Amino acid sequence: MTNLFVLQLLNGVQLGVLLFLIAAGLTLVFGIMDVVNLAHGVLYMVGAYFVATFAALTGSFWWGLLLMLPAAVAVGLILEVVVIRRLYARSHLDQVLATFGLVMIANETVKIVWGVSPLSVPMPEILSGSVPLMGPLQYPVYRIAIIVAGLAVAGGLYLVINHTRIGMLLRAGATNRAMVSALGIDIGKLFAIVFTLGAVLACLAGALVAPILSVDTGMGESVLILTFVVVVIGGIGSIKGAFLGALLVAIVDTLGGVFGPILLREVLDPSAAGQAGRMLAPMLVYILMAAILCVKPAGLFGGRG
Amino acid sequence: MTDTAAPAAAPRAPALAGRVKAAAILFVLFALFPPIVTAAGDPFLVLIGTRILAYAIAAMALDLILGYGAMVSFGHAAYLGFGTYAVAILSSYGVSDILLQMLGAVLISALFALVTGAISLRTKGVYFIMITLAFGQMAFFFFISLSAYGGDDGYGLSQRSTLFGTQVLENDLALFYATLAVLIGLFALCHRIVGSRFGRVLTGIRENPTRMEAIGYSPFRFQLTAFVISGCMTSVAGVLLANQAEFVSPAFMSWHRSGELIVMVVLGGIGTLAGAIGGAVAALVLEEVLGMATDHWRLWFGVFLVLMVLFSPRGITGLVEQIRRRK
Repeated sequence: MTNLFVLQLLNGVQLGVLLFLIAAGLTLVFGIMDVVNLAHGVLYMVGAYFVATFAALTGSFWWGLLLMLPAAVAVGLILEVVVIRRLYARSHLDQVLATFGLVMIANETVKIVWGVSPLSVPMPEILSGSVPLMGPLQYPVYRIAIIVAGLAVAGGLYLVINHTRIGMLLRAGATNRAMVSALGIDIGKLFAIVFTLGAVLACLAGALVAPILSVDTGMGESVLILTFVVVVIGGIGSIKGAFLGALLVAIVDTLGGVFGPILLREVLDPSAAGQAGRMLAPMLVYILMAAILCVKPAGLFGGRG
Repeated sequence: MTDTAAPAAAPRAPALAGRVKAAAILFVLFALFPPIVTAAGDPFLVLIGTRILAYAIAAMALDLILGYGAMVSFGHAAYLGFGTYAVAILSSYGVSDILLQMLGAVLISALFALVTGAISLRTKGVYFIMITLAFGQMAFFFFISLSAYGGDDGYGLSQRSTLFGTQVLENDLALFYATLAVLIGLFALCHRIVGSRFGRVLTGIRENPTRMEAIGYSPFRFQLTAFVISGCMTSVAGVLLANQAEFVSPAFMSWHRSGELIVMVVLGGIGTLAGAIGGAVAALVLEEVLGMATDHWRLWFGVFLVLMVLFSPRGITGLVEQIRRRK
């Protein structure tokens, strides 16, 4: 039981750091630019497809990962310049529609370019296999590597945001955009940087997870909604909120799926518990979100409601 | 109050009458649709027509809160889903009358809209969009795990709903005209709501919630009521849609469907009711036509959507008005 708990907790943390990478960009784009970007999940998917392609071309996951980065920057910049830039002054409704259109375009384009059958990315040799954790418990090295990489990026982001000039502008922008602009900062350039940074982080999340998932066109969608929940729980514009929200959502989701039915078995008969557990588990994160919003409508760390 | 309201209301009145006229023209065209396609030798189009009418009901219901209340609900497909599953679940228990099924759909939708609406309306703007989306997904996942009714794969209906104990709706034409009757009835209801004191308060809240609060209206109560009404109407569309498809599945409530409903409303021009109906027709016809021309119709639909937002943000109605003004 303890083993199962530790194992699922680690899986939860692994999902959490991935969600954080995606949510960090999304929350900044919301908070600083006030843009609803439904196409953010697409970037996660595109990152995975990029790494699959580049890894197949070069024969190495590492080269694939390295080549993915400039491609992600290019995709982010193109999206920003062609579409997103024109949406800053628009209503949320227009932003929803235009980015919904982008989702349709991207999903179909991916189908045309890469086909409908899922791709797989070979796991790098050095990170395959498992390590003993405690007692008979084994844990895959690659998942640990994802956790470490995610935490490293989170740490880097913390340093950039709290200790650099650009980070200062980001924080200021999330608090009061008009004031930053009035102080003579080129807000257009700042927005482009924020959006591209978010795009790269989302692509990176997709690329990191590619070896342990099958890469297909639906992968962006399930993650997008979870990321929205993370951003709402954490509070729009707050990186700290995104981090805690991501871990909270991922752990509740992972543990709920496994332990929900087990706990229900204590009060219900096994078949009813199994059925109820299967139905309740995917709803848990939304119930969590509703509960948090009841207490704090602007999320855990949200300044503005 | 009346002094300041009068000049604003005066130019609005002809616009409202014009919209009723536009809707009446649409309804006449709908009524003529089956004989025309039957004469043209494509009677199967009647079934597609029924689908369009059902979505028109849903789009109009969404317009009631999106257009008149400025509430961008991104989870409205959930109510379509409640309607479709009300048909599947109630008929499996022997309740096959369509009016009882509609009642069941409306009751469960009212409950869901009341609870999720009360939570969602604590927030505004981006939060509201994302929360309604998340609640919609919650309902979606609930029905995916409902293995008794096929879960992910959906559930085929053995027969359509009955009306007063008769099997009349098995006839495609009867179902079409029944759906049209519901559409006209609900349009009349929506039109009454929009023109009533309640509707005007709702519009006032859309324009300036602080001012409305200052003159003594609590935005929350009005918005929540409108949200519940809209959800209930959408579920009625779901009941009709299940009968049209003779199949229910969680796909009816995916977030793409919610997005498509918003597209329909905006395409027709928000806050015009008749526009939402026209938008549903335009979106679904475009989908059918693109679907016939290419397998990748979603790509072109997406391109169309982006271009529309960038160049004609007020939809078809806006475009028509623009052209008229130029003349």
